[in-house]
Amino acid sequence: MDFLNALVALSNYVLIPAIAYGSQLALGALGVTLIYGILRFSNFAHGDTMAFGTMVTILFTWWFQSMGINLGPLPTALLALPFGILGTMILVLVTDRMVYRFYRKQKAAPVIFVMVSLGVMFILNGLVRFIIGPGDQRFADGERFIMTAREFKHMTGLKEGLALKTTQGITVVTAVLVVIALFWFLNRTRTGKSMRAFSDNEDLALLSGINPERVVVYTWMIVAALITIAGVLYGLDKSFKPFTYFQLLLPIFASAIVGGLGNPVGAIAGGFVIAFSEMTITYAWKKVLVYLMPENLEPSGLVQLLSTDYKFAVSFVILIIVLLFRPTGLFKGKSV
Amino acid sequence: MSDTVKNTGLFALVAVLIIWTGYAESWNLALQILNMGLISAIMALGVNLQWGFAGLFNVGVMGFVAVGGLAAVLFSMPPVPEAFWAGGPRALGSLVVGAGVIVAAVMVMKKMAAGRKRNLLVVAVLVGGFFLFRALFDPAVDAIEAVNSASTGYMGGLGLPVILAWPLGGVLAAGVAWVIGKTALGLRSDYLAIATLGIAEIIIAVMKNEDWLARGVKNVTGIPRPFITPREIDLQKDPGFVETVTNLGLDPVTASSLYVKLSYTLLFSVVLIILFILAQRALKSPWGRMMRAIRDNEVAAMAMGKNVTKRHLQIFVLGSAICGLAGAMMTTLDGQLTPGTYQPLRFTFLIWVMVIVGGSGSNLGAILGGFLIYFFWIRVEQWGPDLMYFITSGMADDSPLKMHLIDSAAHMRLLTMGLILLLVLRFSPRGLIPEK
Repeated sequence: MDFLNALVALSNYVLIPAIAYGSQLALGALGVTLIYGILRFSNFAHGDTMAFGTMVTILFTWWFQSMGINLGPLPTALLALPFGILGTMILVLVTDRMVYRFYRKQKAAPVIFVMVSLGVMFILNGLVRFIIGPGDQRFADGERFIMTAREFKHMTGLKEGLALKTTQGITVVTAVLVVIALFWFLNRTRTGKSMRAFSDNEDLALLSGINPERVVVYTWMIVAALITIAGVLYGLDKSFKPFTYFQLLLPIFASAIVGGLGNPVGAIAGGFVIAFSEMTITYAWKKVLVYLMPENLEPSGLVQLLSTDYKFAVSFVILIIVLLFRPTGLFKGKSV
Repeated sequence: MSDTVKNTGLFALVAVLIIWTGYAESWNLALQILNMGLISAIMALGVNLQWGFAGLFNVGVMGFVAVGGLAAVLFSMPPVPEAFWAGGPRALGSLVVGAGVIVAAVMVMKKMAAGRKRNLLVVAVLVGGFFLFRALFDPAVDAIEAVNSASTGYMGGLGLPVILAWPLGGVLAAGVAWVIGKTALGLRSDYLAIATLGIAEIIIAVMKNEDWLARGVKNVTGIPRPFITPREIDLQKDPGFVETVTNLGLDPVTASSLYVKLSYTLLFSVVLIILFILAQRALKSPWGRMMRAIRDNEVAAMAMGKNVTKRHLQIFVLGSAICGLAGAMMTTLDGQLTPGTYQPLRFTFLIWVMVIVGGSGSNLGAILGGFLIYFFWIRVEQWGPDLMYFITSGMADDSPLKMHLIDSAAHMRLLTMGLILLLVLRFSPRGLIPEK
């Protein structure tokens, strides 16, 4: 038995990637949940808006790189991120003005909004592929690791190495900062309070003189910032591909619903629940078990519960279980 | 202008578009568009049943289409006896065990009083059952995939005539839909959308990974043809056929391919007409009126004593079965099952565009939408680059911008479809042929 090595292997292959992925999902799910709370529909264009924001950031990153601007050990994309956010904000505000506002005025049924968001999804998907192409793009530069596996082994003398990628570090730090800023905004500022009031009870909020269009504009801007950050972090950590971002829609929705739609705390918790379950269920546990089991009991196979391709199935099954037993999610969300 | 005149005009327009394609480009392309248009129309009929009749928002059409395609393989491909006897009974047996575990867990859930003891027992049954299932299932799968893995590596099918596989594809899709509907239909409307979106992705993941079932991404090719459709090569060898077409002034190779496509057109038309008559009768029957009453006001329908959940489940299963049928037909037309080609934008959202543009709630509209949107889907892919060449004709030939624009012009069709959907939803939400 070698508990320390097992722990290191577990952190290296499961815990750290899951925390990074969970942070990315949480940021995406916060966007879904805010739109659901304020605009009251499930936005299917979420993944493609995320792809759009990431694409704008990548284009700026390339431009900065070509001019020789960089952040030293940090990826240049961080410098381009504000421009990406700005671009996404413009995009969502234009979309809202041209598409969604009409249906809001009409007080159309939520399902019509969902269908309209499908149309927006199509257009954004085409637009992103048109501009940057359907292929894989890697845009991370700077230092690759905060700590490599070899350095860790050297430092601790353990057999198992622990690598910490720069992107993972950046993801967690950024996510924490963004979440703190968001909660400060929602709880302390006048606009944030009016947004929460509008989400809790629309009629009452209107009666107390809250301007709904202003609330909507702020919501879109915050959502644009959140998902651009989520998309860029995911792209830095893995890679950018329009189709992958479309597919991220499912785990993001699952996170938001598992946590409780309309509840920001729930969205964060949901993101981590989904990320950890995906990672633990699709991880081949042999490496960890080898250290924990007595030699004669060592597992012969990979001890992988499900193949990695079924990671969508994991988020989906969790989603269904939560919906069946706690329809409002782990934290109390909206049930309507 | 009366409705009949207008509708006839719309369908005539589609006919002109297709014939014009045949005249200006090639008759092969025109027939290909016509055949896929027929299949698209059937899919649109299925979605229209769910959305137009009952207001169910199913965004997992791709999953049901894929299940239908799988059925075409499972029922019509010749069996691979060695592989089957190597591990078939064991694999099927362990699937039964797996299903038994789920049933046992549900029984425990229902029979025992709520509390910690029950929850623990359910979890224990599920976890224990999972490991038991994998212990039985994995060696069986390895045994099947080991048999001649380059050319087969799966159990093959039942070797039934492929026409029989079509309705069976519908039945298989209906079974899948029943399981989803049972769990997700009691929930809110947009949860059904998310659930179906997820299940479609999972079905594709299963088809890509379970090689023992239908070779996964190695694809199954050479799916048998329906009895009235000969192979092109046989036609070209048949002296009678060659003589007839040569007398007509056609070259035998083109003529054989046209003949095969026409035979599919005939079969697909028969299926579409039968389904259209059935859907029309359903719409006008008391059952159809009840469905629309439920769609328009669930609470009122419930107060009238209608079992809304049950009716929703019923129509969800029916609509999905039609999509499965169309999926089996499409796989037969392609002659191969390629799980990698199932894309949600193409097989789910495009079908939705067809239904919305045609007119939700109207069967004729769904069919028109199927033809029209499929036509544009194929043609815009070609018009995009043409348009780009025209737009960029002033630029230098080696300019990187021009090359990029022309390369990406094929993605214009997604943009166009999105634009069409948004414009119709905004300015003509009832579609080209509105519901009466």
